[in-house]
Amino acid sequence: MAETVTSPNKEVKPPNPQIENLKIVWKKLKKNKIAMAGGFLILFFILASWIGPLLTTMDPSQPNIPDRLQGPSAEYWFGTDHQGRDIFTRIVHGMSITLYIGFVSVALGCVAGVFLGLISGYYGGRTDTVIMRIMDVLLAFPGILLALAIVSVLGGSLNNVIIAVGIFSIPVFARIVRGSALAVRKLEYIDAVRALGASDTRIIFKHVLPNIMSPIIVQATLRIATAVLTASGLSFLGLGAQPPTPEWGAMLSAGRNYMWEHPHIALFPGLAIVAVVLAFNLFGDGLRDALDPKMK
Amino acid sequence: MLTYTIRRIFQTIPVLIGVTILVFSLMHLIPGDPAQIIAGEQANQEQVEQMRERLGLNEPLPVQYWNFVSGAVQGDLGNSIRSGRAVSSEIGARFWVTVELALYSTILSIFIGLIAGIISATKRGTVTDSLIMIVALFGLSMPNFWLGLMLIQYFSLGFGWFPVSGWGSPQQLVLPVITLGTAGAAIIARMTRSSMLEVIHADYIRTARAKGVKERYVIYKHALRNALIPVVTVVGLQFGALLGGAVLTETVFAINGLGRFVVDAIRMRDFPIVQGSVLVLALMFVVVNFLVDISYRFLNKRIELD
Amino acid sequence: MESPKTIIKVDNLQTSFYTDKGEVKAVDGVSFEIPSGKTLGIVGESGSGKSITSLSVMRLIQDPGKIKGGQILFNGENLLDKSEAQMRRIRGNQISMIFQEPMTSLNPVFTVGDQIAEAYMIHEGKSKKEALRKALDMLKLVGIPSPEQRLKQYPHELSGGMRQRVMIAIALACNPELLIADEPTTALDVTIQAQILRLINNLQEELGMSVMLITHDLGVVAETCDYVAVMYAGKVVEYADVETLFESPKHPYTVGLLKSLPRHDIDQEGELEVIKGMVPTPDNLPKGCRFAPRCPFASDICADRLPELDELEDNSQVRCWIYTDEWDGKSGVSVKDDYGTFASKES
Repeated sequence: MAETVTSPNKEVKPPNPQIENLKIVWKKLKKNKIAMAGGFLILFFILASWIGPLLTTMDPSQPNIPDRLQGPSAEYWFGTDHQGRDIFTRIVHGMSITLYIGFVSVALGCVAGVFLGLISGYYGGRTDTVIMRIMDVLLAFPGILLALAIVSVLGGSLNNVIIAVGIFSIPVFARIVRGSALAVRKLEYIDAVRALGASDTRIIFKHVLPNIMSPIIVQATLRIATAVLTASGLSFLGLGAQPPTPEWGAMLSAGRNYMWEHPHIALFPGLAIVAVVLAFNLFGDGLRDALDPKMK
Repeated sequence: MLTYTIRRIFQTIPVLIGVTILVFSLMHLIPGDPAQIIAGEQANQEQVEQMRERLGLNEPLPVQYWNFVSGAVQGDLGNSIRSGRAVSSEIGARFWVTVELALYSTILSIFIGLIAGIISATKRGTVTDSLIMIVALFGLSMPNFWLGLMLIQYFSLGFGWFPVSGWGSPQQLVLPVITLGTAGAAIIARMTRSSMLEVIHADYIRTARAKGVKERYVIYKHALRNALIPVVTVVGLQFGALLGGAVLTETVFAINGLGRFVVDAIRMRDFPIVQGSVLVLALMFVVVNFLVDISYRFLNKRIELD
Repeated sequence: MESPKTIIKVDNLQTSFYTDKGEVKAVDGVSFEIPSGKTLGIVGESGSGKSITSLSVMRLIQDPGKIKGGQILFNGENLLDKSEAQMRRIRGNQISMIFQEPMTSLNPVFTVGDQIAEAYMIHEGKSKKEALRKALDMLKLVGIPSPEQRLKQYPHELSGGMRQRVMIAIALACNPELLIADEPTTALDVTIQAQILRLINNLQEELGMSVMLITHDLGVVAETCDYVAVMYAGKVVEYADVETLFESPKHPYTVGLLKSLPRHDIDQEGELEVIKGMVPTPDNLPKGCRFAPRCPFASDICADRLPELDELEDNSQVRCWIYTDEWDGKSGVSVKDDYGTFASKES
């Protein structure tokens, strides 16, 4: 039914600023040097997470007790940990874990949140009230606490952390999307499309969703930063990735008892987290300025 | 204003019910038999049944929920599985430590954030501005537990200025409060800056200048008051984030507060304590947000442009 | 148009904005003067530089704008030589300003009384209590009903017209010698517009001040002004006393503006004549006369060279080649009478 509605002179063409202005956005983004730096850093990290492990010669998890707790040197760039493993190698191997957690958890939260937000904003009424109240409940758990509670139920593991952080992101997306969907729904061309007999599903996915991509993209980028921080926190508490996984938060947790005398053990994994989070924050800020200057 | 407050109270009630349902469900969402898991793997059938009895898990769910909520309202959150002590008194002993930590950190982040944000906005485009914004971005991007570890490393062990752990004496407060307050300060600084920059181009700022008001008063009297209004909401959210962040900070500094308590309880699968602590923290957040909303509304009521 | 005492004399004022694309001349060599107690109207479309001119007189141009040159003689003293502190003592005291947007020009978080009182506290060193008492007198003066109550109210509790009255109260609090009113009635309802203009006129007589009225509305000018400067793209194109301007307008732009006014005295056939095209943006000005691209009379010289502001026999000044010996277009044209024929021929 939905597919048959195309009228002779094509469908009423919705003004699609996202696609029309893509060039302008790119131009603005290119001008924003800091954002570009963030973008290149992200690209570099993704590449490093693929190629890096192939280039490192040492084993990230095999203990090498004789060489334990050595400071940074030509052989061990970032020194070794309490089991003699090369910290640089572990950080390189941990990169893919960190990015995996960030991307997958945000993707989960984003898909679920966008779906709920669209339904909420598009249908309004009771559906809206119920969904948004549930989101309010999820938001009532401050910060990391919701993820913590979920992990307490599911048990500590990398995948459970991803699920927990994903759920933790749902309400954020749902709220943003709902607001935007509400605004878009009121635009006249949506009425026009509906008058042509398009189904709700078609309207939502073909007309509403493309119009609210900017805030979703911006939020997703910034949210990856938060997800990485939250996940590393859970791992630090021993509730996330378990040793000997070279997850950075877990590395900090495992190295805690040794770091006082060997500061490099805590310094480098922490700096790695900062670098990744910083890159996503920089890029997200830049995207926001380029895509939607009005957003805060 | 009163009607808004009442309406807001009615909006909060379903959230409170939802929070209790979610917290109550924690134990039932555990994959497998919660009684078995909580009793431990080596527990025999009899011990598991005892545990089930003790946790009330053999009653129908609605009854269990009713017991949970009515108990919670009367301040009875059950007993710890490990120590057997009342959860409420265990929480009571640690509650104020976490509140203090979150409160001091909030105050610090407001203080630093506002000053940094104002300076940044008034010196827009200068080196000072860039510097402040870069520092803020780092503050935002740092895991607070790592910042805590670094502070201990350099200021406790290195210079020996502050104790490594604990809570109570003024020296013991410094590092945990900085650890927890940094991200908030960064967020408030960024928010204040953009809010100030927006306000500074407002027509009424031009009016103030045309009146002959000194630039200092233009900024601190006419602009700041308006710029602060959106910042108020951020402060409320920040307080919540800090309650959550306290979990990590308390762990790093071995502070005997609610946050560390809940982490230890999760590790030991002491579910009544997990439920009780999470409930208390969430309720506190809901109440604070409620108060912030009301005060925001109060501030905003005067400025609503028709 | 000589007058014994001149309150303000602006001479060759140049204000530019420095953007990524280079210098943008928003005000480009503007000169005018206002005799004491008189009203000068500065007329032009948006983008003509009239608001920037008024803000320049207040020295309230913000970055990236800068007053590049010229003189602003206020009671014989050049305001451009004053320090910021000296300027502050003049602003709101000797020269005051009211703005177009009464809805946003008052600070939402202070009461009306506080905002008026502030002027007294700054310039007359009054105590808060005394200042508030004087603020109350001001509210009465500008005709706000139940002023005692209004004094304690916030701007959002007042209508647009009331807010503009409050703005006037703030501006006139310290008895300024010059009031700059930047489109004071544009944002208001028609009935309120007339009230506010009447209020400004009455207070001008009562307090003996001079007024610089910025507007795009020649109707407002006819009712309130003694002299008129017509601005176009950063320059004054015609300068005359109000009777001369309306009786024998010289510049094609002025004539165009007048023709586009709805008239009640004669029956107009068809649509109002509107000047075609848009004001050129200051970063994209034509080489010759800035009005040439829209001017129905434009000839070769107009596109080539910018004319000077010349004084004619009737003391009015006009910036147009038609009135010079160098005019190379059709001889014997009368801008006022032939505008319609030329304009319609062109389209």
